[in-house]
Amino acid sequence: MLTVWAILIDGFIYASWLFLVAAGLTVIYGVMRILNMAHGSLYALGAYAAASALGWYYSGGGENLVMAFAIIAASAILIGALTGLAIERGILRLMYGRDEILMLLITFAVLLILEDVMKLIWGTTPYFAYQPYAALGRINIDVLTVSRYDLLVLVVSVVIGVGLWFWLERTKIGKILRSIIHDREVSEAMGVNVRRMFTITFMIGATLGAIAGGITAPIISVVPGLGIEVIVLAFAVVVTGGLGSITGAAVGAVIVGLARATSIHTMPELELFIIYAVMAGVLIFRPHGLFGQVIARKI
Amino acid sequence: MKNSNQRPIWQKTLLGTATSVAMASVGVMGMAATASAEESFKVGFVTFLSGGASGPFGVPAAQGADIVIKAINEGSLPAPYDTKGVNGLTLESVVVDEAGGPTKQVEEYRNLVQRQDVDAVIGYISSGDCLAIGPVAEEMKMFTIAFDCGTSRLFQEIEDPQYMFRTGLDAVADNVGAARYLAETRPDAVRIAGIQQNYAWGQDSWQDFTLAMEQLMPEAEIVNNQTPQLFQGSYSTEISALQTQRPDIVHSSMWGGDMESFTAQANVRGLLSQATAILTTGESGLHRFDGQAPNGTILGGRGPFGGFMPENDLSEWFTEAYVAEHGTPPSYPASKAAQAVLALKFAADNSGADGVPSSEQLAEALKGAEFESVSGTVRMALAGGHQALQPMSYGEYHFENGEAELRNVRSYPGECVSAPDGYNAQQWIKEGFPGVDCN
Amino acid sequence: MILEKSEISLIGAAVALALASLVVPNWLVFTATLAISTALVVMGVVMLMRAGLVSFGQGLFYCLGGYAVGLGGRYLGITDALLLIVLGVAVTVGVAMILGLLVTRYREIFFAMLSLAFSMILYGLLVKSHGLGSTDGFGVVDWTILGFSPGSGESSSRIALLLALGLALGIALFLNRYFRSSLGLACEAIRENEVRVEYMGVSRKQVLYINYVIAAAVGSIGGSMTALAAGHVDPTMAYWTISGEFVFIAILGGTGHVAAPFIAALIFTLVRTYAIELAPNAWQMILGIVLLLIILFLPKGIWSLFTRKKGVA
Repeated sequence: MLTVWAILIDGFIYASWLFLVAAGLTVIYGVMRILNMAHGSLYALGAYAAASALGWYYSGGGENLVMAFAIIAASAILIGALTGLAIERGILRLMYGRDEILMLLITFAVLLILEDVMKLIWGTTPYFAYQPYAALGRINIDVLTVSRYDLLVLVVSVVIGVGLWFWLERTKIGKILRSIIHDREVSEAMGVNVRRMFTITFMIGATLGAIAGGITAPIISVVPGLGIEVIVLAFAVVVTGGLGSITGAAVGAVIVGLARATSIHTMPELELFIIYAVMAGVLIFRPHGLFGQVIARKI
Repeated sequence: MKNSNQRPIWQKTLLGTATSVAMASVGVMGMAATASAEESFKVGFVTFLSGGASGPFGVPAAQGADIVIKAINEGSLPAPYDTKGVNGLTLESVVVDEAGGPTKQVEEYRNLVQRQDVDAVIGYISSGDCLAIGPVAEEMKMFTIAFDCGTSRLFQEIEDPQYMFRTGLDAVADNVGAARYLAETRPDAVRIAGIQQNYAWGQDSWQDFTLAMEQLMPEAEIVNNQTPQLFQGSYSTEISALQTQRPDIVHSSMWGGDMESFTAQANVRGLLSQATAILTTGESGLHRFDGQAPNGTILGGRGPFGGFMPENDLSEWFTEAYVAEHGTPPSYPASKAAQAVLALKFAADNSGADGVPSSEQLAEALKGAEFESVSGTVRMALAGGHQALQPMSYGEYHFENGEAELRNVRSYPGECVSAPDGYNAQQWIKEGFPGVDCN
Repeated sequence: MILEKSEISLIGAAVALALASLVVPNWLVFTATLAISTALVVMGVVMLMRAGLVSFGQGLFYCLGGYAVGLGGRYLGITDALLLIVLGVAVTVGVAMILGLLVTRYREIFFAMLSLAFSMILYGLLVKSHGLGSTDGFGVVDWTILGFSPGSGESSSRIALLLALGLALGIALFLNRYFRSSLGLACEAIRENEVRVEYMGVSRKQVLYINYVIAAAVGSIGGSMTALAAGHVDPTMAYWTISGEFVFIAILGGTGHVAAPFIAALIFTLVRTYAIELAPNAWQMILGIVLLLIILFLPKGIWSLFTRKKGVA
C-alpha cells in the first residue's frame, strides 16, 4: 500500500515536471509545424539564468522566499522571450516554407550553437541554487516524505496547463492560432498576419521552455549539456500524447510519469526502457499519438 | 539526354581531384607542423571540455595540469622538481575535448600522435575512452598516462603493457575502501542501499562494493539499488523508493553535479537523517555543498587527492597556486591531473635522453618507479609497474561557521584496497582478499 | 555487364583514393576509413530520405553491425573480417525485417521517433549488459582477411582503408543502379505522392519495406567497418545523437548522387577534427554555423555545387 501511494505521488510529481518541459514544444509544433530541438537549450538557458540570478540575490544577503520566486520567474521569462525572439527573427524567418525535417535540422544547428554560447557565458562549473528548495522543506507521510518545492512545481504546472488551454480555446488570439493550425493558407487569405502570430507563438513556446528550466534550477545542479538530456524526454512525451495537443501533452506526461514511477519502485532496472517502451507501445496502436490528428493527404 | 549522360564523368573527375587535393593539402599541413616542433616537449592533454563531466572533472583537471605545466616552465616547483622544463625542454600542451565517445577519441588520439606530433599523451576521465585508447597506445608505441579513469579492466585488456600507464587508483580501491571504512566506523549498520548512475562506472562500483561488504560486513543486508540515468538531475522518485526500504547506509558512486543534486535533494527529503550516505567521489563537493550535505556524510576522493592530500611541500605549493588562480582549493580531479604531469616530468628528467626523450625512454623511466607527488610518494607497483599503488582515504564531512572540513579521516594502505598483480579484482575480493596488508 | 561512365568514374575515384593512401600521413588514412564507414550508414539514411522518410534511429543498425563484429570475434572465434561483416549483415537484416513490418507504416516525425525509440531500446539493453562492459564497451579481436593477418601499426590501417574502399565501391555501384531501377524510382515517387503511386498499381508498403531492409544492411556494414578500424565497440553507437549526426551528414551531402554522402562525410570529419583542434571550447558552435549556412545557401546539399554549375553552362 505504501508503495502504491509512493508511485502515485512520485508519478504525478514527475508528470508535472514533464508537462512543463513539453508544453512549449507542443505549442510551437501545433502552430508552426516546427519540432524545435533547441527547446532543450531554452530549458538550459532558463535554468542558468535563474541559477545565476538566485546566486546573485542570495550572495547579496537576500532571504525573502517570495522575492526568490519572483527572481526565478523574471529571469526565466526575460531570457526565454528574448532568445525566442532572436531565434525566430534571426534564423527561422529566413527558413520558413522548408521541409518539416529540414526545419528540425535547423533547430538542431541552433541547439549546437546555443550549447557553446552558454558555455562561453556561464563556463562549465556547476551552478547550485538550492536555497528555495531547501527553505520550503518537506511534508512527512509515514516514512515517505514529499518536498514542498515539488508540490509547488505541480501547482505551477497545472496553472500553466489551464492557462494555455484557456488562451487557445477562449481568447481571440487563440482562435486566430487555431485557424492557422487548421488551414494556414485560408487564414492568411482572411487577413491573419501569420508571420506575427508565428513570432508570438515561438516566443511563448520558448518562454515556457525557459520557465521549466528556471523552476527546475533550484532542484538540480545546473551543468553544461543539461538541455540535450531533456529534449528526447520531451519529444517522447509529446509524440505519445499527440503532437500539437496541450491535452495530449498532459496525458502523455501522466502516463510516462506513472509508468516510470512504477518501474523505479518495483523494477528499477527497467527504468531506462520505460519511456521508449511506452512511446512505441502507444504509437503501435495510435499511429499519431493519443490526441494527434490524422492529417488528410492532399493529392 | 546526351548532356545528362555526360554529366557524371566530369563530376566524378572533379570530385576525385577535389578529394585528393584536399587530402594532399591536409597532409602537407600536417608535415609542416611537424618540422617546427623541435626544441620543446609537446604533450597532448585530453579532458572533458563539454558535456556534464566538464564542470566537476574536465575543467578542474585542465586547470590543475595547466598550473603545474606553467610552474615547470618557470622552474618554480618545489624540490625535487625545481629544474626548469622537462629534461630541459619547454613543456607545451595541446588540449583536446574528450567528448564524443571512444570511437571519436581513438580518432583524436591518432590525430594527436600523427598530425600534431605530440611526444606524450595525458588524459582520459571516462573508462570507456581508456579501454579504447589502451590498445591504440600500445600499437602506436606512444607514452600515455591515464590520469583519472577508474576501470579495473584497463590492464586486464592489455597483455604486457609497454607504453600505457595509470597514475591513479582503480574503482575497486574506492569501493573496498568504502566497505572497510563502514566496517570500522558503522559496524552496527544492517540495511544497506545504493544509488548509482546507470552506466558502467555505477554498475562496476556497486558490484565491487557489494562483494566487499559480503566479506567485511556479512551481517549486513543489501535492500535496494537505484539506477537513475546519467545527468538526470532530479531524484525525487528514487529517493522515495529508497525511503520505503528504510536503509541505514546509502552507498553512491554518483559524481559531479548528479552527486551534488542527489545529496541536496536527499537531505531536504529527510533521507539523509534516516541513513548515512557514503559517497565514493564526494570529495569534489567538499567546498561546494555549503552545508547541503548533513554533517557525518562519508566522502571519498578516489585516493589521497583534493582534501585528502597529505601535507608536503608539493601539496602545499599546489593548493596555494590553485587558490591564487581559481579562488577555491583544488578538488581531486585537479590533483590527479597535477600528479600525472609530475609523473611525466619525473620520467623525462630521469630518462637519460639527450634532447626529447623517446616513448621507450619515458616508459623505462616511469615503469616501477617511485616519484614524489601532491599525494605523497607514488609507487608504480601494480600491473607490472604501470599502475600506481596508493592509499585510499575516507572521512566525514563537517560544516561549521561556513567552513567545510574532513573529520575522522582514515587511510588504508594500497596493499589493503588493491588486488595484487595476477588477481582479477573481483576474484580477489571473493576469495577474502588474499595477500592483503592493512598495516 | 557494360559499365556506365558514372560507374567508371566511381571506380576511378576509389582507385585514386587507394593510391593516395600510400602517400598521405597515417592519421588521414584512419580518418578516411572512419569517414567512409560513416558514409555507408549515411547512405542508408539517404535511401530512406529518397522515399521521404527521415530516420533518427539508423544508429540501431550501425550498432548491430559493430557489435556483431565485436561479439563474433570474442565469442564465436571468427576472425575473418569479411565473415564478421556478413554476420553483422545477417543479424541486421533479420532485425530489420521484423521492425520494417511496423515502422514502414509510419511517416514524417512518427517514423523518426519510432526508429529513435528502437535504437534507444538497444542502447538501454547494451547499457544493462554488464558482461559486455556496459557503456565502456569492449575491444575487437585482431582480425584477418582471407587468411592474411594485417598485423598492427601503419600497414593495418591502410588495409582497413582498402577494405572499406572496396566495400564502399561495391555498395556505391549497386546503389547507383538501384536508384535508377524501378524500385528506386518508386521510392522517389512515394516521396512525391504516395496515393498516386498506389493508383499506378505499385505496392508502396512493399517498396518501402525492401528499401528499409537494404538501408539497414548498408548501415550495418558501416558499423562493422567502424568496429574493425577503431578496434572498440560501445553502446554510444546506438545513442540518438549519433543517429542525428548521420542525418546531419545526409543533409550536408544531399540526396543527388551516390557519391554525395562520401564527400559530405569526409568534409564533416575534417571540419570537426580541425574545429576541435582550433577551438576546443566552441567546436559545436562551428558545426552549427556550418550546418545553418549549408541549409541557407545549398539547400540541396554540397552535391548541388556540382550540378548547379552544369545547369548554368
